[in-house]
Amino acid sequence: MTGWIFALVQTLCVVLFAPFLAGWVKWVKCKLQNRQGPAPWQPYRDLLRLSRKQVVLADVASPIFRAAPYIVFGATVVAASVLPIVSTQLPTAALADVIVLVGIFALTRFFLALAGMDVGTSFGGMGSSREVTLSSLAEPALLMTFFTLAMNVSSTNLSSAVSHLAQANFTLAPSLIFSFMALLLVAVAETGRIPIDNPATHLELTMIHEAMILEYSGRHLLLMEWASMLKLTLYSILIVNLIVPWGVAMTMEPKDVAFAAITVLGKLMALGILLAVSETSQAKMRLFRAPQYLGMAFILSLLGMMSHIILEVR
Amino acid sequence: MSLTMAQLAVLLTLMSSVAALVFARQPRFMISLSFFLLGLSGLVAVAAGGMALLGNQVEQTILPIGLPWLHVCLHIDALAAFFLFIVGFVTFVASCYGPSYISRHADDGVHAVGTLTFFTGLFVGGMYLVLLAADAFSFMIAWELMSVASYFLVAYQHDRAENRSAAFIYLLMAVVGGAFILLSYGVLAGFSDGFSFASMAKANLTPAWATIAFSLAFVGFGLKAGIVPLHVWLPQAHPVAPSHISALMSGVMLKVAVYGFIRFVFDLLGGIHWQWGVLVLLVGAISALMGVLYALMQHDLKRLLAYHSVENIGIIYIGLGLSMIFTATNHKEVAAIALVAALYHCLNHALFKSLLFLGAGAVLEQSGQHNMEHMGGLIKKMPVTAACFLVGCVSICALPPFNGFVSEWLIYQAALQGTVLKSGILGTALPITSAMLALTGALAIACFVKVYGVVFLGLPRTEKIHEAHEVPRGMQFSQIILSISCLVFGIFPTWTANVLNVIPQKLLGTGFAGANGDSWLWLTPISKETASYGALPVLIGLLISWVVVYFFLHPPTRDNSIRIAPAWDCGFGPLNARMQYTATSFAMPIRRIFSFAWHVSEKVEPAHMGKGPHYFLHVSDWVWMYAYAPIGKIIHKVAERTARIQGGDLRIYLCYSFFTLLFLLWVIV
Repeated sequence: MTGWIFALVQTLCVVLFAPFLAGWVKWVKCKLQNRQGPAPWQPYRDLLRLSRKQVVLADVASPIFRAAPYIVFGATVVAASVLPIVSTQLPTAALADVIVLVGIFALTRFFLALAGMDVGTSFGGMGSSREVTLSSLAEPALLMTFFTLAMNVSSTNLSSAVSHLAQANFTLAPSLIFSFMALLLVAVAETGRIPIDNPATHLELTMIHEAMILEYSGRHLLLMEWASMLKLTLYSILIVNLIVPWGVAMTMEPKDVAFAAITVLGKLMALGILLAVSETSQAKMRLFRAPQYLGMAFILSLLGMMSHIILEVR
Repeated sequence: MSLTMAQLAVLLTLMSSVAALVFARQPRFMISLSFFLLGLSGLVAVAAGGMALLGNQVEQTILPIGLPWLHVCLHIDALAAFFLFIVGFVTFVASCYGPSYISRHADDGVHAVGTLTFFTGLFVGGMYLVLLAADAFSFMIAWELMSVASYFLVAYQHDRAENRSAAFIYLLMAVVGGAFILLSYGVLAGFSDGFSFASMAKANLTPAWATIAFSLAFVGFGLKAGIVPLHVWLPQAHPVAPSHISALMSGVMLKVAVYGFIRFVFDLLGGIHWQWGVLVLLVGAISALMGVLYALMQHDLKRLLAYHSVENIGIIYIGLGLSMIFTATNHKEVAAIALVAALYHCLNHALFKSLLFLGAGAVLEQSGQHNMEHMGGLIKKMPVTAACFLVGCVSICALPPFNGFVSEWLIYQAALQGTVLKSGILGTALPITSAMLALTGALAIACFVKVYGVVFLGLPRTEKIHEAHEVPRGMQFSQIILSISCLVFGIFPTWTANVLNVIPQKLLGTGFAGANGDSWLWLTPISKETASYGALPVLIGLLISWVVVYFFLHPPTRDNSIRIAPAWDCGFGPLNARMQYTATSFAMPIRRIFSFAWHVSEKVEPAHMGKGPHYFLHVSDWVWMYAYAPIGKIIHKVAERTARIQGGDLRIYLCYSFFTLLFLLWVIV
């Protein structure tokens, strides 16, 4: 029972932490670009403001348009609950393995894209079309990455994967290197960051995510924005806990868990700085260049799997 | 007991056919009566299949009909019972849907409703008999009954030229497929002492002959199942049939072909070679990918769904291929997971594809259109159909917590065990096919966002849509039933997998251990530490988070009202239906990225003489252009050459007869 309560608290913490990470990345980015940026906690203010605003609904919107924010946010929260964040001993880990996690993200994308089509504006349709196009290239790469990982640790369960990776002797398995490179590329694409999408843009012809949620306002917009911040946080946690798994608690001891929480926090902040640097140093890609980028990710993930099968299986 | 009930189901379908003939003069009464009998037969078949599957019974009987030395043998075992359950269930649902759907044809005089119901009964009866047949002789008769009866169903609206050509191609392919199956049984019968499956299973084939028998069966059953490149009849035939028939053909008849393949390979042939498994696996992966890519380019709603059948059959074949590889390399437990995954996907596909076809039928009836580009905004006019169709879309896209996800998850789990294989070829084939399956799944999401967004969301694109309204109760009922079962089989996967586990136990000698693992809440194919999926807990988690978020965002102290206003659209002014994204524009980026997969001809005619600019786009199938069209041309040429000997002159024919006689006399002497 304490395990379930702990899982609940942990999920809540991640959900509450997500806006800070998004704000942190933005703040670092502004500093790097010599701009006076908003404080890292600005997203909280924005969300609070949105929660107070009245919802203005397009008259052509259908029930799907109103349900989609809840579905998207709720599913992302469920995804947050199954990740091993500070401890690998959580009961929620049995809910879903990594393939289910990809499935849950696909569910959110499905409804996000439907919501984009709903009002019948060209912007919404454009955003949905681009979103499903890019993710249909990104998702196979992501799955292949996870498959390679699963074959390495002979489990698709994320908790066993993290504990296996953390406890293993530090070796540079080529398959893992390739897969982690692919994972980084895919995570950038899936969370809608530069060079695939620009989270700061509005009304630029290249936008994807913002185009789908243009018609949203008030609490609906809050849920959509928060879900996208949460998704960024979840991918970041996946990256830091899989690539540098050290520090994650293998037990439920309060001392270990507290240490793990601080470590994960530190790793996430560091990853945020890395993301800000990478976003500052490159430009957004043209939409039809993105397939090459994602194709690269796919080839890397496939290379990872091949090298595992050819080089590492005994 | 269950076999008797299964025979009763066959009898009821025949009665439904006879009723169609007897009461042909009173079409409305005839429709109600024969659909009632058909629905009853479906229920009886579900009961028979369910009983035999749950009780794991094997029953056999010999009917006193047929030739004196060749009686008709029937049997029911777990495999047949499972497929009988599927066929019966979809038949029941389709016969709830059928009456209101075809009664508008009852009085128009152009379409013979009696013919339709007559052949529907024969078609379903044929499918039951294929599943029950216990010898090659009755199997072939039932198979041909199924094929020929369904030809008449495809040719129902024969006043349209495209329907006639689709029906002809269908019949042609069915005949070729039937011939291949007959030959494959012939090979088996040559090595055994009879036509019954029991004696065929004991046949001891040399590897070469076994491979020949396998290839013949693979082509024969593959033609009916619609694997690439034998799929070309499918996207033509399924859309032109009435919608409840499309549901039966696409949802169920393809499964009967899969049944035939499983029966032949796993039960009769014995001694599976891993090379066959690789072939099945690769063909399945190619079918899955090509199916979804072609579906993406379709704007005809039912044709799009037909291409998705190609995709899903591909997924089933991936499961079967994996199972064959693992069986051949003696990893029976993993093989059992893959086989259960394939069977589970058969069930899922039958449910959601029937649901989608029935929903498409409702949409077509109300919009009077096959083309998606003329629909839009139907969710407001047809809320029940729209909700059910959404369930179908989510299920077919393999999204949790619906049913399609479970079977694909099991296939991935089986494929991930590929490291136990020690062979390099197999080791690379498995990941490549899983990558293709992953790509397929992602593209399917793109495709169904397109379908749902263009058909049900946005603004109505034509006047007719404004007049659309919800379909009659019977048509709603069948869609609701199928939606509920999609959810039920999605959230209770452990129970379903446990029931299905008896089939590999019988065919492979072992089931997979994890099926009845820790708890019915978690599906754990291998072990709890390796992989687990709790479908019901995930659903509960979703519900809890929705409720919490809802109450958090709607505090009672605040005014939670919503203001309805025109769409903002970045301030561009009033929307109209022509501004929104169409199916073509939605799929355009994908068409550009995967341009190698289709033969695309695109043309823009500039504005001219007061007419606006025109855009033409035609996407055609490579397989048809480069495989079937040349064959057709060659046959045409050969026929032209041979036709020369028919001069039409009586003297020439007399000469032919004279020389033939001379030749025969010379041969005899």
